[in-house]
Amino acid sequence: MTLKKDVLDPQGSTIKKALKGMNFSNLNEIRQGKYFEIDIEEKNQKKAEEKVNEMCKKLLTNLVIEDYKIIGSL
Amino acid sequence: MKSSVIIFPGSNCDRDMAVALKKFGFKNQMVWHEDNELPKSDLVVLPGGFSYGDYLRCGSMASKSKIIQSIVNFAKSGGLLIGICNGFQILTETELLPGALLRNKLSEFICKNVFVKINNTENNYFKKIKKNILELHIAHNEGNYFCSKDQMKQLEDNSQIALFYCGKNGEVNENFNPNGSSKNIAGIFNEKKNILGMMPHPERMIEKYLSGDDGSIFFENLLNNIK
Repeated sequence: MTLKKDVLDPQGSTIKKALKGMNFSNLNEIRQGKYFEIDIEEKNQKKAEEKVNEMCKKLLTNLVIEDYKIIGSL
Repeated sequence: MKSSVIIFPGSNCDRDMAVALKKFGFKNQMVWHEDNELPKSDLVVLPGGFSYGDYLRCGSMASKSKIIQSIVNFAKSGGLLIGICNGFQILTETELLPGALLRNKLSEFICKNVFVKINNTENNYFKKIKKNILELHIAHNEGNYFCSKDQMKQLEDNSQIALFYCGKNGEVNENFNPNGSSKNIAGIFNEKKNILGMMPHPERMIEKYLSGDDGSIFFENLLNNIK
């Protein structure tokens, strides 16, 4: 989950400055995001992803400012 | 006039707000977030603080509390609803107000007095108010107001911007923008102007000799407008 491209990410830009200060060159941009591990009692992967999708829409993300991607299951 | 202050786990301006409301003549009741029904109220306040520790996003989990449905019904039927600071964040998370409050531009917690300019007085909150620039206190880490271009157009077309951060003489520009907020926005209304979300804390400015008195002007005026 990351902030949308047109939303300012002060944490990401602070981290970028720090990395530049540590001589990591050629840095264009850093965007900080969030990562959730969700363990669901559900054998069917599609159904599990649908459930997670609903969680994202209803609570985990704020779609005014954030984008999300469900990576899949382990 | 009856007011209700909602308490969430992590609210910390609830009692200050109750003191302020009582001081200016409201009969106030404290309401726990797990209650289902709002008591009969003329005014409902979502106070400042750090509901649910600001986990996930500020205000996100408070916006799913049991009491919220009753608050939404109250506001949709025209009831006066104010969210201060974390309360403002909760109002955007419930989508009663548009947009979102992002982390402050300079990534630091800001705690200081600021001046705000009242932008719209055609509502119960600011009608007939005797000053149009108020000195209030802010204390937040996520007060950087953001919304989409369409939402901003709607806010402007419909005079929904309530307060701008400004200088002592009412100058609204980047020099007086503490947190990077779009267009210096410190507070907004819903379309009908019965819901007000603002980052500054009027309840912290009610003792002339301690803090300044501009919060008193806000509360006295509000009570006069609705009684």
